[in-house]
Order: sequence, then structure tokens, then C-alpha cells
Amino acid sequence: MSLVQLTGVGKNYGNITALSGIDLEVGESEVTCVLGDNGAGKSTLIKIIAGLHQHSSGTYEVNGREVHFNSPREALDEGIATVYQDLAVVPLMPVWRNFFLGQEKRKGLGMDSAFMRKTAKQELLDMGIDLRDVEQPIGTLSGGERQCVAISRAVYFGAKVLILDEPTAALGVKQSGVVLRYILQARERGLGVIFITHNPHHAFPVGDRFLLLKRGRSLGYYRKDEISRDELTALMAGGAELEELSHELDRGGGGVAAAAAKMLEQESKELGITPGSTP
Amino acid sequence: MTATLTAPPARGDERLARQSAFSRLAGRPEIGALVGAVVIFILFFVVAPPFREAPSIATVLYQSSLYGIPAVGVALLMIGGEFDLSAGVAVISSSLVASMTAYQLSVNVWVGVLVSLVVALAIGLLNGYLLVRTKLPSFLVTLATFFMLTGLNLALTKLISGGVATKDISDIDGFASAQAIFAQSFDVGGVSLRITLLWWIVFVAIATWVLLKTHLGNWIFAVGGADASARAVGVPVKKVKIGLFMTVSFLCWFTGMHILFSFNTVQSGQGPGNEFLYIIAAVVGGCLLTGGYGSAVGAAIGAFIFGMTEQGIVLAGWEADWFKFFLGAMLLGATLLNVYVRRRAETRK
Ligand SMILES: Nc1ncnc2c1ncn2[C@@H]1O[C@H](COP(=O)(O)OP(=O)(O)OP(=O)(O)O)[C@@H](O)[C@H]1O
Ligand SMILES: [Mg+2]
Repeated sequence: MSLVQLTGVGKNYGNITALSGIDLEVGESEVTCVLGDNGAGKSTLIKIIAGLHQHSSGTYEVNGREVHFNSPREALDEGIATVYQDLAVVPLMPVWRNFFLGQEKRKGLGMDSAFMRKTAKQELLDMGIDLRDVEQPIGTLSGGERQCVAISRAVYFGAKVLILDEPTAALGVKQSGVVLRYILQARERGLGVIFITHNPHHAFPVGDRFLLLKRGRSLGYYRKDEISRDELTALMAGGAELEELSHELDRGGGGVAAAAAKMLEQESKELGITPGSTP
Repeated sequence: MTATLTAPPARGDERLARQSAFSRLAGRPEIGALVGAVVIFILFFVVAPPFREAPSIATVLYQSSLYGIPAVGVALLMIGGEFDLSAGVAVISSSLVASMTAYQLSVNVWVGVLVSLVVALAIGLLNGYLLVRTKLPSFLVTLATFFMLTGLNLALTKLISGGVATKDISDIDGFASAQAIFAQSFDVGGVSLRITLLWWIVFVAIATWVLLKTHLGNWIFAVGGADASARAVGVPVKKVKIGLFMTVSFLCWFTGMHILFSFNTVQSGQGPGNEFLYIIAAVVGGCLLTGGYGSAVGAAIGAFIFGMTEQGIVLAGWEADWFKFFLGAMLLGATLLNVYVRRRAETRK
């Protein structure tokens, strides 16, 4: 059974349609990658899964039960934890307070600050982030460090489904590697991971399923055995547009344009693109 | 002498430049206010000889506590990202409700005190609820309640008591015990101190503990610092904000009870203007107007600065009007300092 399953989900912001007819699922020990260009609706999709927004159409099921989350708290209670692109951290607060924010370790009436400091430091160390001082405001960390704080926080609090919104977008090669390794680790532990990215080279090695989004619509939904890295890359690189573009040029007529159109058509064939196909 | 000359082995991270006690202190929100308080104390100590006497200090502390108690709530609220313009009038509303309930219904004053508490908390709840419901800025919401309460205070007092002040309630049952709680004086080494000073210390201590040592404190800093982020990780942002408004109301109610039981009657026109004193005390004490940063101790020092200045100006024989000018100047100075502190806190390496 899938941990999370979306069927025909859509979302309108007033009269703007940000998403429509999206299917997606993630099960235990699976990584589902969501790929798409800027503004494709990736963030909108995960905000629905995370309970920050409600979907306007379609169904959203968790463990086979239909849900309508009114707040991220409710999603969290179902074990769905999210690391946002605009990083859910409070910049002026110390790292350890951010790490435990919303799930503080209580002790009597107060909280166990010593435990929380120690744990935050240790958990981050386990992720390869050796912080100078967990007392420093999290706003002073680098983007990669902040990302890792947010991810290790979600993993530490026993998420069943981990949603990562472009965790590698702002990272260097080495730190991207750390994050990808962490995704695989999470999968090994039995978590379902929804990994949002626009980099097919990051998605392909770790993903089990791939959802491609474009302007709020599904451009294709593949299992790993149905698509190769090159096809994925081609789709992402706007291969579908190559074909469109060649038609446009063709219609324009003229020798040079026709030749160019032919070239483009050829190129898109070589890349093996079948736009709009679904499994 | 056996002082060891070798430094203790370096502990922790070598990248973390060892911070002296001084630079740690300099990173605290209230440090600017503390320096200001010392300077002002020395100033009046020098220019106003009567300021040096114990009874004057007692008066200063008393005056400070009257600003300081509501300022504790206002500081918490400001750290939580909001502010309350109705706090000054709400103090008097509380006194009026307690007084008129007890007098008009001829019941024990404690009934009036409790009815007043319920009304006060309802005002806080209303402020908070309107804020989270409408998503309007707190400036607008509490400006509206400020005017409504100002009008109600005057109109209802005139309607019920037939004047601008309430009737004397000092001979009603329960007055003595209520006075003992809210308004008694006691002697320490021949100097008469007011009980509000003790309450002030208690409230500051509780607020400091909540802010630094409890999950609620964590949530208050978070909703003020980045409320969308706080919501995303599961902090009940709306409840925290409503709770903060109700905390302000509670402390205003407490101050209102003090006023009632030390003067026995209440002037219905009092109150407006004091909300700014509370807000300025919090800002001078290092709270960021934009939320997410500050301390209760800072607000206490801010209130102490006002108490000192208000009395000091009188004792130095200056024109009392200078107090207003001073208020503005302090606020300006504190705001500039805040900007600097925030930048420092965000880029501390
Ligand atoms: N709150 C909102 N109100 C109105 N429109 C919105 C809102 N949030 C997103 N949109 C629109 O929905 C579309 C999808 O946005 P979304 O943030 O999901 O894109 P994305 O795929 O995450 O892009 P990026 O790669 O830049 O993060 C965009 O056209 C955006 O302008
Ligand atoms: Mg996005």
C-alpha cells in the first residue's frame, strides 16, 4: 500500500490554475522524484501533501485513507515531514532551538535544553555538518548547512514520508552528494521520500519513480525501468519543446527555417522523446 | 601566589573564537538599556541631591513597577511580533469594571475583581482573535479597541456612576484583603516599599523563565521571527498570538487592580498614552518592533529608566515637560541601537 497517493489532484489560486490532474504515489522504501521547470507547480504540489494548502480537486490518500489536512501539524502527525525550499527556519533563533522547534523535549514544566543542544550537535555531526556552535543564529549558517539542519530534523523526528523541496538547488557538488546519500539512507530505513528537483542528474540515481511537471500539468510519470537517464534529461531539457519549435519553424516556411526544423526534429527523435506519455 | 600561567587546554571548536564574558554580555538584547540606565542614574545622582535619598529611590521603583508590569506582557507580545495599543486604557477599564461591579451590585469586592479579570481576558481574546482572523496588522486592530475602550470607559462610568470617577469602595467587604494583595506597603529598613515592586519582580522572573526555558518561549520567538516557518513545523501560531494578547490583558488587569485599591476610586479618563510607555519600555529594553528578539529583563530596565527619569526631572527641579522629550529621544536612540544589534545578531561569525 502506498504511504501517500494523489489521484487527479488540482489546485487553483483564485483564477490561477497552478496544478491540474496530477497523479503521484510513494510507498515505503521508495523515492519519488518530481521534476519540472521554474513555476511548474512543484512547490504547490508538496504544499498540498504537507498540509499547508488544500487541493481544489482530486483525492489525496495517506495509507489508503482519504485526507484533508487543515494544517502542517496534521500532516506531521501522520508522519509526513517537509523540508521547504524557503527553509522553515527562524533566522534569529539559535540552531538547536530551530532543530527542536515545535517538538521540544519537555522536562517538567520547562524543556531539557542540555539534551536538545547535545542532540542537535550530534545529529548534525552524523550528517557531516560540524557546527562551530549550536547557539549561533541559524541565519548565519550557509544554505547547505541550513538544508541539512532541516533534513536531519525531519529524520530525527521519525518521519515516515520525507518531502524535500529542491534540497540540492543551492548546494555545491560535495554537499549535494551528502544530501543524496541522506536520501538513500532514509530510503534504506524504510522512509518514503518525495524529492523535488530540476536536476535530472540528481534525480535519476536515487529515484524509483519520476513525475515530470510542466505548467501545472503532468508531462509524464515513469517508473525507473521505463525511462533512461538520457530520456529523462531530454525531457527536462525541454525536448518536447524542440519538437514544438520545429513545427513553428516549419510553418514559417523558407529554406533555412525548414532545414533548421528538420535538424530539430531529428535531434528530438534521437533523444527518444515521446511527449505526454504515461505508464 | 600560585596562579597558574598556562592557559587551560582549549575546549570545543577551534573556529569558535573564545568569547570573553564581556562580548557574550554585549550580545544580549538588554545591554543597551542597562548602559542607559546606569548613565541616567549617575546623571540624576549628581544633579539632583534629593534623588540620592532612600525614599526617592523607593518612589522611583514604585513608579517603574507601574510601567514595568504591563511592559512585561507588552515585551512578550512584541517578541511574538505584535503590539497592543489598547493596553493603557485596558488598565483603567479593569479598574472601572471591578469598582462598579462591587459598588453597584453591593457585592464583595473580590467578585468585582474576578468579573474584571474575565472582562480583561475577553478583551485580550478579542484583540488576538480579530488579529488572527482578519490578518490585519495589530496596529489597526488594537487601535480600534483602544478607541472603543476609551469611549466605553467614559460613557459607561458617566451612565452608571453619574460622573467621571467611580464611587469610593473602601468600605465594601473584602477591600482590606484585596488591598493587601494588590496595593499594600511594607517597611524595609525604615523605607516604605510598595508591593507592586515584588509583583513586578515575580512577573519578570516568570516571563524570563518562560522565554528561555520552556517550549512556549521557543514558540514566542518563532512566531515573532518567522511565523510562516513556525506554522510549517507545527507551532500553533494563532494560539500563541491569542495567548500573548491575553497575557498583556492579564498584566493590565493586575495594574488596574493596584490603581483601584490604592486610590479607592478611579478616574475614567486616565490611561490613554500609557500604552506608548509600555511599548517604548520594551523597545528601549531591546525588543525588536518587528518581533523575534528581545527580553523581559530588558523591558524591566526600560521601565526603570522611565521611573528614574520621571522622578529625577522633578527632583532636579526641572520642568516636568522635559519627560516627554526624553521619551522620544530614548526611543530614537533605542531604535537605532536595535537596528545595529539585529544586524550583528544575524551576521555573528
Ligand atoms: N499563493 C499563490 N498565489 C497565486 N499563485 C501562486 C501562488 N503560489 C504559486 N503560485 C503560482 O503557481 C505556479 C506554480 O508555482 P510553484 O511555486 O509551485 O512552482 P515551482 O515548480 O515550485 O517553481 P520553482 O522551481 O521556481 O520553485 C506559479 O505560476 C506561481 O506563480
Ligand atoms: Mg518551488
